[in-house]
Amino acid sequence: MKRGVVKFASSWQSAALTLAIGVALLFLLPGLVDDFTLIQLTIYAVMAILGVSLGFIWGFGGILCFGQAAFFGLGSYTYAIAVINMGDSTVPFLLAIVVPALFAAVLGYVIFYGRLSDVYMGVITLTVTLILFNLINSTAGPEWKIGTAPLGGFNGIPGIPTLNMPGNVDEVLSQQSMFSIAMVCLLLVYAGLRWLIASKIGRVIVAAKENEQRVLLLGYDARAYKLGCFTLGGAIAGLAGCLFANWGAFTSPTIFGLAMSAQIIIWVIVGGLGTLVGPVVGCVAIQWLTTTIGTQQTFNSNLVLGAILVVFVLLVPRGIVPSLGDVIEAAWRRRKPQADSAIAAPLQQTENAR
Amino acid sequence: MDLAAVVLIQVLYAVASLVIVSAGLAVIFGMMKVINLAHGEFMMLGAYATITAHGLGLNLWLAMFIVAPVAVGLIGVVLERLVIRRLYGRMVDTMLATWGLSLLLVGVVTSIAGNTTAGVSAPLGSFRIGAYSVSGYTLVIIAVAVVLAFAIRWVLLRTSWGLIARGTMQKPEMADALGISPSRVYSVTFAVGAALSGLAGALLAPLTGVVPTMGGAFIAKAFITVIGGGPAILAGLVSASSLFGAINQVATFVTTPVFGEVALLFAAIVMLRLLPQGITGRFFKGSL
Repeated sequence: MKRGVVKFASSWQSAALTLAIGVALLFLLPGLVDDFTLIQLTIYAVMAILGVSLGFIWGFGGILCFGQAAFFGLGSYTYAIAVINMGDSTVPFLLAIVVPALFAAVLGYVIFYGRLSDVYMGVITLTVTLILFNLINSTAGPEWKIGTAPLGGFNGIPGIPTLNMPGNVDEVLSQQSMFSIAMVCLLLVYAGLRWLIASKIGRVIVAAKENEQRVLLLGYDARAYKLGCFTLGGAIAGLAGCLFANWGAFTSPTIFGLAMSAQIIIWVIVGGLGTLVGPVVGCVAIQWLTTTIGTQQTFNSNLVLGAILVVFVLLVPRGIVPSLGDVIEAAWRRRKPQADSAIAAPLQQTENAR
Repeated sequence: MDLAAVVLIQVLYAVASLVIVSAGLAVIFGMMKVINLAHGEFMMLGAYATITAHGLGLNLWLAMFIVAPVAVGLIGVVLERLVIRRLYGRMVDTMLATWGLSLLLVGVVTSIAGNTTAGVSAPLGSFRIGAYSVSGYTLVIIAVAVVLAFAIRWVLLRTSWGLIARGTMQKPEMADALGISPSRVYSVTFAVGAALSGLAGALLAPLTGVVPTMGGAFIAKAFITVIGGGPAILAGLVSASSLFGAINQVATFVTTPVFGEVALLFAAIVMLRLLPQGITGRFFKGSL
């Protein structure tokens, strides 16, 4: 039985509210802040897309992927290499989504159809990320190139042509429109995932997370649903990677690194597992924090990030957004106790009995 | 012929260093089913303990074999009490919490020691096989790995402490009923695992530079070796180390060290697909 805040969180109203706030930010922010802040906000939006991709596959698919950074990096490299070769950015933009998705599909096939458990899943995704990191890192010489695009090894690829209007190479999009594109992508991803989760397919995905055996017995191929979920997560991470390459016109192997994967997981944990807004909140909060820490010398950012992760796992395991929901729910119930307590007591018991 | 001898020594060395790097993780994961992602940082602490003690004038061997394991073992006890104890049985949460600890430790050491590379030079010089020169320290690593493997076996099978530990891991309630405090056994086991990690870091300190972030280079390899080994602690550790170490070294000879590492990782993925329970899930069943 869903009541109060929990019910609201899964209703279409909450999705509409979030989207309305997002659209308001999309139109208001460029007028309110200076260009530097806007560029900063653009990267927040890009990383938020990445956070949502993990929040979806982990929180709803139950797949803890230690290598979400691999798809992110792959998307960013795919875009860079394709756009340097092709000139026009339309096809590379699509390739940056399709290639990581295909990669995720192959990897997911190995994992889910091999019936590997959670821990092994973690090992394999971690390993694949490291393989990509090692490979790309070692391609520094001029002999390593795809088409006309040098891979650059640990130096990365500088000077990536940024997005242009489809079909017109000369009309390069401005910094302002980059912000709009990132925000629109974030909102579309959010809306799409909310719709998917509410749909029948989404229900099967969530059910497979809760009890795979039961889903199998009900006649659904849980592996196929998990694979689809994982592939979609890879595609979204690839999209974020593509936007990242556009943001700085630069990409480098560090985005495949363990530190990157760790950050994504921290965003989701801090923001709230099992929500889609949570990863966005966590991502913005943590990024803002790391930027702030970077400007002073007293505390090391690793130290603070590590402490945050430990504290959240021990004390706030559900993350900011769901815990905030609990607090609001408790306050709301305290305000009108007499109306609620009559129904709430037996309901509480049934919930406890489960 | 000389080349064959050198290649053999290098392969043995690769296997031995995998055994040493993974032993601490294998004990903690194999006994307690806790995946300690701060393993690499325990190694880093061991390395720092060694160079600090050596810098204060202590004999290098004493610093490696005594100071590092004891220091890291004590840190292990503290962290087990503060964090890991609260998360037993929640595998994913322990993974995340120890990952947080790993970042935290990197941050603490960076704040204290700075983000610079320290190090000691490898003792014992080198000797010649025909036209090739081999570092004497390589042989120390191989010897330590062999001793370590036999020591783990001896402790677990032949001592009463090993018996108590194995019993407690199988049925904590039963151990509790027999008057043994499981929480103390967990604590000691974690400390022993941490001490082994510290020893590994100390032994590798002369071979790799000592930086706060050095742990990251080892955690994945150790993780893969332990998981690839499967449920049996020692047989899994040795067999997975042999397989992956040999693949790594042979691929390194044929191509470059980078592709050697990639070959190792790739072999691990293929192997996990074929043997999802690890090597000892299929072979050497029932061994330790």
